[in-house]
Amino acid sequence: MSRPIITEADLHAYLDGVLPAARLAEVEAYLAERPEEAVRLAAYREQIAALRREFDPVLDEPAPQQLRVPRLYWVRPLARYAAVVAWLMLGGVTGWQLHAYTEDQRAEATSWPRRAAIAHVVYSPEVRHPVEVGADQEAHLVTWLSKRLGASLKVPHLGELGYALVGGRLLPGDRGPVAQFMYQDGKGQRLTLYVRVNADDSRETAFRFAQENRVGVFYWLDRKLGYALSGEVERGELLRVATAVYRQLNP
Amino acid sequence: MSDLDNLVEQHIPRLRRYARALTGDRAAADDLVQDTLERALSRFHLWRRGSDLRAWLFTIMHNIFVNQARSRMRYPHEPLDEPAAAGLQYREPDWSELRDIGAALSRLPAEQRTVVLLVGLEQFTYEEAARVLEVPIGTVMSRLSRGRERMRALLGGDFRAAALKVVK
Repeated sequence: MSRPIITEADLHAYLDGVLPAARLAEVEAYLAERPEEAVRLAAYREQIAALRREFDPVLDEPAPQQLRVPRLYWVRPLARYAAVVAWLMLGGVTGWQLHAYTEDQRAEATSWPRRAAIAHVVYSPEVRHPVEVGADQEAHLVTWLSKRLGASLKVPHLGELGYALVGGRLLPGDRGPVAQFMYQDGKGQRLTLYVRVNADDSRETAFRFAQENRVGVFYWLDRKLGYALSGEVERGELLRVATAVYRQLNP
Repeated sequence: MSDLDNLVEQHIPRLRRYARALTGDRAAADDLVQDTLERALSRFHLWRRGSDLRAWLFTIMHNIFVNQARSRMRYPHEPLDEPAAAGLQYREPDWSELRDIGAALSRLPAEQRTVVLLVGLEQFTYEEAARVLEVPIGTVMSRLSRGRERMRALLGGDFRAAALKVVK
Protein backbone atom coordinates (compact mmCIF):
# COMPACT_ATOMS: atom_id res chain seq x y z
CA MET A 1 0.00 0.00 0.00
CA SER A 2 1.51 3.30 -1.04
CA ARG A 3 1.41 6.11 1.47
CA PRO A 4 1.20 9.77 0.57
CA ILE A 5 4.48 11.59 1.02
CA ILE A 6 4.34 14.08 3.87
CA THR A 7 6.96 16.79 3.63
CA GLU A 8 8.36 19.10 6.27
CA ALA A 9 6.43 21.92 4.57
CA ASP A 10 3.21 19.93 4.95
CA LEU A 11 3.79 19.61 8.68
CA HIS A 12 4.25 23.36 9.07
CA ALA A 13 1.24 24.04 6.89
CA TYR A 14 -0.75 21.69 9.13
CA LEU A 15 0.48 23.54 12.19
CA ASP A 16 -0.27 26.95 10.68
CA GLY A 17 -3.73 25.91 9.57
CA VAL A 18 -3.10 26.38 5.86
CA LEU A 19 -3.05 22.76 4.75
CA PRO A 20 -5.87 22.00 2.32
CA ALA A 21 -8.69 20.26 4.16
CA ALA A 22 -8.41 17.28 1.85
CA ARG A 23 -4.94 16.54 3.18
CA LEU A 24 -5.61 16.88 6.89
CA ALA A 25 -6.39 13.20 7.29
CA GLU A 26 -3.13 12.23 5.59
CA VAL A 27 -1.06 14.31 7.97
CA GLU A 28 -2.98 13.14 10.98
CA ALA A 29 -2.49 9.51 10.00
CA TYR A 30 1.21 10.22 9.52
CA LEU A 31 1.52 11.78 12.96
CA ALA A 32 -0.44 9.00 14.61
CA GLU A 33 2.25 6.57 13.53
CA ARG A 34 5.14 8.80 14.53
CA PRO A 35 4.85 9.96 18.11
CA GLU A 36 8.21 11.73 18.00
CA GLU A 37 6.95 13.88 15.12
CA ALA A 38 3.75 14.58 16.99
CA VAL A 39 5.77 15.71 20.00
CA ARG A 40 7.89 17.93 17.77
CA LEU A 41 4.81 19.61 16.32
CA ALA A 42 3.34 20.02 19.79
CA ALA A 43 6.53 21.82 20.81
CA TYR A 44 6.17 24.13 17.80
CA ARG A 45 2.54 24.78 18.70
CA GLU A 46 3.59 25.68 22.21
CA GLN A 47 6.25 28.03 20.81
CA ILE A 48 3.61 29.91 18.87
CA ALA A 49 1.35 30.10 21.92
CA ALA A 50 4.29 31.35 23.99
CA LEU A 51 5.04 34.05 21.39
CA ARG A 52 1.44 35.21 21.60
CA ARG A 53 1.47 35.23 25.40
CA GLU A 54 4.70 37.17 25.46
CA PHE A 55 4.03 39.76 22.76
CA ASP A 56 0.26 40.14 22.38
CA PRO A 57 0.16 42.49 25.38
CA VAL A 58 2.13 44.98 23.25
CA LEU A 59 -1.03 45.41 21.16
CA ASP A 60 -2.81 46.92 24.14
CA GLU A 61 -0.01 49.11 25.41
CA PRO A 62 -0.71 52.77 24.83
CA ALA A 63 1.49 53.95 22.00
CA PRO A 64 4.06 56.59 22.88
CA GLN A 65 2.86 60.05 21.90
CA GLN A 66 5.19 60.36 18.96
CA LEU A 67 3.82 57.20 17.41
CA ARG A 68 0.19 58.20 17.58
CA VAL A 69 0.17 60.68 14.77
CA PRO A 70 2.72 59.74 12.17
CA ARG A 71 4.52 62.86 11.22
CA LEU A 72 6.41 64.05 8.25
CA TYR A 73 9.00 66.68 8.59
CA TRP A 74 7.51 69.48 10.66
CA VAL A 75 9.55 72.60 10.97
CA ARG A 76 9.46 73.72 14.58
CA PRO A 77 8.60 77.38 15.17
CA LEU A 78 12.06 78.40 16.34
CA ALA A 79 13.76 76.54 13.52
CA ARG A 80 11.28 78.09 11.11
CA TYR A 81 12.16 81.56 12.31
CA ALA A 82 15.86 80.81 11.98
CA ALA A 83 15.26 79.40 8.53
CA VAL A 84 13.49 82.55 7.38
CA VAL A 85 16.35 84.68 8.67
CA ALA A 86 18.83 82.41 6.96
CA TRP A 87 16.90 82.68 3.74
CA LEU A 88 16.83 86.46 3.88
CA MET A 89 20.57 86.50 4.52
CA LEU A 90 21.23 84.18 1.63
CA GLY A 91 19.06 86.32 -0.59
CA GLY A 92 21.13 89.38 0.24
CA VAL A 93 24.38 89.87 -1.60
CA THR A 94 26.39 90.20 1.61
CA GLY A 95 25.04 87.02 3.10
CA TRP A 96 25.70 85.19 -0.12
CA GLN A 97 29.34 86.24 -0.23
CA LEU A 98 29.93 85.41 3.40
CA HIS A 99 28.93 81.82 2.97
CA ALA A 100 31.35 79.15 1.97
CA TYR A 101 30.65 77.60 -1.38
CA THR A 102 29.61 74.21 -0.03
CA GLU A 103 27.23 75.87 2.37
CA ASP A 104 25.68 77.69 -0.55
CA GLN A 105 25.00 74.40 -2.19
CA ARG A 106 23.51 72.86 0.89
CA ALA A 107 21.35 75.89 1.49
CA GLU A 108 20.31 75.84 -2.13
CA ALA A 109 18.97 72.32 -1.74
CA THR A 110 16.59 73.47 0.97
CA SER A 111 15.84 77.00 -0.19
CA TRP A 112 14.06 76.31 -3.42
CA PRO A 113 10.89 74.99 -1.73
CA ARG A 114 10.94 78.22 0.24
CA ARG A 115 11.05 80.14 -3.02
CA ALA A 116 8.07 78.09 -4.12
CA ALA A 117 6.20 79.04 -0.94
CA ILE A 118 6.99 82.70 -1.44
CA ALA A 119 5.89 82.58 -5.06
CA HIS A 120 2.68 80.99 -3.84
CA VAL A 121 2.10 83.78 -1.34
CA VAL A 122 2.82 86.45 -3.94
CA TYR A 123 0.64 85.20 -6.77
CA SER A 124 -2.18 83.15 -5.27
CA PRO A 125 -4.09 86.16 -3.85
CA GLU A 126 -4.07 87.90 -7.26
CA VAL A 127 -7.59 88.54 -8.42
CA ARG A 128 -7.09 90.03 -11.88
CA HIS A 129 -3.71 88.63 -12.90
CA PRO A 130 -3.06 85.35 -11.10
CA VAL A 131 -1.43 83.86 -14.20
CA GLU A 132 0.21 85.04 -17.38
CA VAL A 133 -1.34 82.43 -19.64
CA GLY A 134 -4.75 81.02 -18.79
CA ALA A 135 -5.99 77.46 -18.88
CA ASP A 136 -7.90 78.24 -22.08
CA GLN A 137 -4.51 78.30 -23.83
CA GLU A 138 -3.12 75.25 -22.08
CA ALA A 139 -1.25 73.87 -25.11
CA HIS A 140 0.47 77.19 -25.67
CA LEU A 141 1.27 77.48 -21.95
CA VAL A 142 2.98 74.10 -21.89
CA THR A 143 4.95 74.69 -25.08
CA TRP A 144 6.09 78.11 -23.95
CA LEU A 145 7.19 77.04 -20.46
CA SER A 146 8.85 73.86 -21.74
CA LYS A 147 10.85 75.93 -24.17
CA ARG A 148 11.92 78.45 -21.53
CA LEU A 149 12.90 75.78 -18.97
CA GLY A 150 14.56 73.62 -21.61
CA ALA A 151 12.63 70.56 -20.43
CA SER A 152 9.48 68.84 -21.51
CA LEU A 153 6.81 69.82 -18.99
CA LYS A 154 3.47 68.21 -18.34
CA VAL A 155 0.55 69.84 -16.58
CA PRO A 156 -1.27 67.56 -14.17
CA HIS A 157 -5.05 67.64 -14.29
CA LEU A 158 -6.58 67.67 -10.85
CA GLY A 159 -10.25 67.97 -11.73
CA GLU A 160 -11.04 64.71 -9.98
CA LEU A 161 -9.73 66.17 -6.76
CA GLY A 162 -11.79 69.32 -7.26
CA TYR A 163 -9.02 71.59 -8.50
CA ALA A 164 -9.23 73.21 -11.92
CA LEU A 165 -6.20 74.62 -13.72
CA VAL A 166 -6.18 78.41 -13.69
CA GLY A 167 -3.06 78.75 -15.82
CA GLY A 168 0.64 79.36 -15.35
CA ARG A 169 3.44 81.82 -15.39
CA LEU A 170 7.18 82.09 -15.83
CA LEU A 171 9.24 83.14 -12.80
CA PRO A 172 12.90 83.86 -12.17
CA GLY A 173 14.44 81.08 -10.09
CA ASP A 174 17.78 80.98 -8.33
CA ARG A 175 19.38 79.33 -11.35
CA GLY A 176 17.16 80.23 -14.24
CA PRO A 177 13.55 80.20 -15.35
CA VAL A 178 10.96 78.41 -13.24
CA ALA A 179 7.35 77.53 -14.05
CA GLN A 180 4.39 78.00 -11.76
CA PHE A 181 1.03 76.39 -12.43
CA MET A 182 -1.99 77.51 -10.46
CA TYR A 183 -5.09 75.52 -9.51
CA GLN A 184 -8.27 76.56 -7.80
CA ASP A 185 -11.14 74.70 -6.18
CA GLY A 186 -14.83 75.66 -6.13
CA LYS A 187 -14.35 77.82 -3.05
CA GLY A 188 -11.48 79.78 -4.52
CA GLN A 189 -8.80 77.92 -2.54
CA ARG A 190 -5.63 77.99 -4.63
CA LEU A 191 -2.70 75.60 -4.91
CA THR A 192 0.44 76.25 -6.93
CA LEU A 193 2.82 73.77 -8.48
CA TYR A 194 6.34 75.13 -8.86
CA VAL A 195 8.56 73.34 -11.35
CA ARG A 196 12.24 73.92 -11.77
CA VAL A 197 15.16 72.24 -13.48
CA ASN A 198 17.48 70.36 -11.10
CA ALA A 199 21.22 70.85 -11.04
CA ASP A 200 21.76 67.10 -11.42
CA ASP A 201 19.75 64.29 -12.85
CA SER A 202 18.52 62.98 -9.53
CA ARG A 203 15.69 60.81 -8.46
CA GLU A 204 14.84 61.26 -4.84
CA THR A 205 11.30 59.97 -4.86
CA ALA A 206 10.62 60.69 -1.21
CA PHE A 207 8.29 63.58 -0.56
CA ARG A 208 9.49 66.21 1.83
CA PHE A 209 7.39 68.69 3.66
CA ALA A 210 8.15 72.23 4.72
CA GLN A 211 6.01 74.92 6.22
CA GLU A 212 6.34 78.66 5.73
CA ASN A 213 3.91 80.37 8.04
CA ARG A 214 0.55 79.09 6.85
CA VAL A 215 1.80 77.74 3.55
CA GLY A 216 2.58 74.04 3.44
CA VAL A 217 4.88 72.72 0.71
CA PHE A 218 5.36 69.17 -0.45
CA TYR A 219 8.40 68.87 -2.69
CA TRP A 220 10.30 66.16 -4.43
CA LEU A 221 12.83 65.59 -7.17
CA ASP A 222 12.11 63.52 -10.20
CA ARG A 223 15.01 63.12 -12.57
CA LYS A 224 15.55 66.41 -14.34
CA LEU A 225 12.82 68.35 -12.59
CA GLY A 226 12.05 69.43 -9.06
CA TYR A 227 8.43 69.92 -8.01
CA ALA A 228 6.95 71.84 -5.09
CA LEU A 229 3.23 71.92 -4.41
CA SER A 230 2.20 74.78 -2.13
CA GLY A 231 -1.08 75.68 -0.50
CA GLU A 232 -2.70 76.98 2.63
CA VAL A 233 -4.61 73.77 3.16
CA GLU A 234 -4.48 70.98 5.68
CA ARG A 235 -1.40 68.80 5.34
CA GLY A 236 -3.36 65.62 4.54
CA GLU A 237 -5.23 67.40 1.75
CA LEU A 238 -2.01 68.76 0.30
CA LEU A 239 -0.44 65.30 0.40
CA ARG A 240 -3.47 63.86 -1.37
CA VAL A 241 -3.01 66.34 -4.21
CA ALA A 242 0.79 65.90 -4.27
CA THR A 243 0.30 62.15 -4.57
CA ALA A 244 -2.07 62.65 -7.50
CA VAL A 245 0.40 64.99 -9.19
CA TYR A 246 3.23 62.50 -8.74
CA ARG A 247 1.14 59.69 -10.18
CA GLN A 248 0.08 61.66 -13.21
CA LEU A 249 3.67 62.56 -13.94
CA ASN A 250 4.80 58.94 -13.44
CA PRO A 251 1.99 56.86 -14.94
CA MET B 1 -6.18 64.04 10.80
CA SER B 2 -6.37 62.72 7.27
CA ASP B 3 -7.56 59.43 5.84
CA LEU B 4 -3.95 58.56 5.27
CA ASP B 5 -2.99 58.94 8.91
CA ASN B 6 -5.99 56.88 10.01
CA LEU B 7 -5.20 54.21 7.48
CA VAL B 8 -1.64 53.86 8.68
CA GLU B 9 -2.44 54.39 12.33
CA GLN B 10 -4.55 51.27 12.64
CA HIS B 11 -1.50 49.18 11.83
CA ILE B 12 0.68 50.69 14.55
CA PRO B 13 -0.15 48.16 17.30
CA ARG B 14 0.85 45.22 15.12
CA LEU B 15 3.97 46.97 13.86
CA ARG B 16 4.93 47.55 17.49
CA ARG B 17 4.26 43.95 18.47
CA TYR B 18 6.41 42.65 15.65
CA ALA B 19 9.17 45.18 16.27
CA ARG B 20 9.26 44.33 19.96
CA ALA B 21 9.64 40.64 19.27
CA LEU B 22 12.15 41.31 16.52
CA THR B 23 14.44 43.60 18.50
CA GLY B 24 13.77 42.36 22.03
CA ASP B 25 13.88 45.93 23.26
CA ARG B 26 11.11 48.43 23.81
CA ALA B 27 13.00 51.57 22.88
CA ALA B 28 14.66 50.03 19.83
CA ALA B 29 11.29 48.67 18.75
CA ASP B 30 9.55 52.02 18.98
CA ASP B 31 12.40 53.69 17.10
CA LEU B 32 11.97 51.09 14.39
CA VAL B 33 8.24 51.73 14.22
CA GLN B 34 8.80 55.48 14.08
CA ASP B 35 11.32 55.15 11.26
CA THR B 36 8.90 52.88 9.44
CA LEU B 37 6.03 55.33 9.73
CA GLU B 38 8.11 58.24 8.56
CA ARG B 39 9.44 56.39 5.58
CA ALA B 40 5.99 55.07 4.74
CA LEU B 41 4.46 58.54 4.78
CA SER B 42 7.21 60.07 2.70
CA ARG B 43 6.76 57.29 0.15
CA PHE B 44 3.02 56.95 0.38
CA HIS B 45 2.66 57.99 -3.25
CA LEU B 46 4.51 54.77 -4.14
CA TRP B 47 1.93 52.60 -2.41
CA ARG B 48 -0.64 51.25 -4.83
CA ARG B 49 -4.07 51.91 -3.39
CA GLY B 50 -5.97 48.68 -2.99
CA SER B 51 -2.85 46.62 -2.39
CA ASP B 52 -2.19 45.23 1.08
CA LEU B 53 -1.12 48.16 3.25
CA ARG B 54 -0.09 45.95 6.17
CA ALA B 55 2.27 43.92 3.99
CA TRP B 56 3.68 47.12 2.51
CA LEU B 57 4.36 48.58 5.97
CA PHE B 58 5.98 45.36 7.16
CA THR B 59 8.16 45.32 4.06
CA ILE B 60 9.35 48.84 4.83
CA MET B 61 10.03 47.86 8.42
CA HIS B 62 11.94 44.80 7.35
CA ASN B 63 14.16 46.83 5.02
CA ILE B 64 14.92 49.38 7.72
CA PHE B 65 15.61 46.60 10.20
CA VAL B 66 18.05 44.91 7.86
CA ASN B 67 19.79 48.18 7.06
CA GLN B 68 20.11 49.18 10.68
CA ALA B 69 20.72 45.73 12.06
CA ARG B 70 24.44 45.98 12.44
CA SER B 71 24.43 49.25 14.30
CA ARG B 72 21.32 48.86 16.40
CA MET B 73 21.41 45.19 17.12
CA ARG B 74 20.53 44.17 20.63
CA TYR B 75 21.71 40.65 19.94
CA PRO B 76 25.31 41.17 18.93
CA HIS B 77 26.19 37.55 18.39
CA GLU B 78 23.79 36.87 15.57
CA PRO B 79 24.96 36.73 11.99
CA LEU B 80 22.79 38.62 9.50
CA ASP B 81 23.31 36.09 6.80
CA GLU B 82 23.60 32.67 8.21
CA PRO B 83 27.03 31.39 7.30
CA ALA B 84 27.16 28.13 5.45
CA ALA B 85 29.17 26.65 8.27
CA ALA B 86 26.93 27.91 11.04
CA GLY B 87 26.79 24.48 12.58
CA LEU B 88 30.51 24.58 13.20
CA GLN B 89 30.14 27.58 15.41
CA TYR B 90 27.50 26.13 17.65
CA ARG B 91 28.02 27.05 21.24
CA GLU B 92 26.29 25.44 24.13
CA PRO B 93 23.68 27.98 25.16
CA ASP B 94 23.80 29.38 28.62
CA TRP B 95 20.64 27.71 29.87
CA SER B 96 20.31 30.05 32.79
CA GLU B 97 19.72 32.84 30.25
CA LEU B 98 16.81 31.11 28.65
CA ARG B 99 14.18 32.24 31.03
CA ASP B 100 11.59 32.80 28.39
CA ILE B 101 10.60 32.69 24.77
CA GLY B 102 12.10 36.14 24.16
CA ALA B 103 15.55 34.96 25.14
CA ALA B 104 15.28 31.94 22.87
CA LEU B 105 14.07 34.17 20.07
CA SER B 106 17.06 36.43 20.50
CA ARG B 107 19.33 33.50 19.76
CA LEU B 108 17.88 32.87 16.34
CA PRO B 109 19.63 34.35 13.32
CA ALA B 110 17.63 37.38 12.18
CA GLU B 111 16.58 35.71 8.97
CA GLN B 112 14.97 32.84 10.89
CA ARG B 113 13.53 35.09 13.56
CA THR B 114 11.73 37.25 11.00
CA VAL B 115 10.04 34.24 9.42
CA VAL B 116 9.11 32.62 12.73
CA LEU B 117 7.53 35.90 13.85
CA LEU B 118 5.79 36.85 10.63
CA VAL B 119 4.17 33.44 10.35
CA GLY B 120 3.66 32.50 14.00
CA LEU B 121 2.98 35.84 15.65
CA GLU B 122 1.70 38.02 12.83
CA GLN B 123 -0.14 35.26 10.99
CA PHE B 124 1.14 36.14 7.56
CA THR B 125 0.64 33.43 4.97
CA TYR B 126 3.82 31.93 3.57
CA GLU B 127 3.26 33.85 0.33
CA GLU B 128 2.83 37.14 2.18
CA ALA B 129 5.93 36.50 4.28
CA ALA B 130 7.89 35.77 1.09
CA ARG B 131 6.77 39.11 -0.38
CA VAL B 132 7.58 41.06 2.78
CA LEU B 133 11.05 39.51 3.01
CA GLU B 134 11.56 39.55 -0.76
CA VAL B 135 12.71 35.94 -0.87
CA PRO B 136 11.28 32.87 -2.64
CA ILE B 137 8.65 30.91 -0.79
CA GLY B 138 10.96 27.90 -0.58
CA THR B 139 13.38 30.04 1.40
CA VAL B 140 10.58 31.03 3.76
CA MET B 141 9.75 27.37 4.33
CA SER B 142 13.32 26.32 5.02
CA ARG B 143 13.93 29.25 7.39
CA LEU B 144 10.68 28.51 9.18
CA SER B 145 11.61 24.89 9.61
CA ARG B 146 15.12 25.64 10.82
CA GLY B 147 13.98 28.48 13.06
CA ARG B 148 11.27 26.47 14.79
CA GLU B 149 13.60 23.54 15.30
CA ARG B 150 16.31 25.76 16.72
CA MET B 151 13.82 27.35 19.08
CA ARG B 152 12.77 23.91 20.19
CA ALA B 153 16.36 22.98 20.95
CA LEU B 154 16.89 26.26 22.80
CA LEU B 155 13.80 25.79 24.88
CA GLY B 156 14.84 22.34 25.91
CA GLY B 157 13.13 20.30 23.29
CA ASP B 158 10.17 19.35 25.38
CA PHE B 159 7.16 21.59 25.03
CA ARG B 160 6.25 21.05 28.69
CA ALA B 161 9.70 22.14 29.75
CA ALA B 162 9.40 25.13 27.42
CA ALA B 163 6.04 26.02 28.92
CA LEU B 164 7.47 25.85 32.41
CA LYS B 165 10.26 28.20 31.48
CA VAL B 166 7.79 30.69 30.09
CA VAL B 167 6.08 31.00 33.46
CA LYS B 168 8.12 33.46 35.39
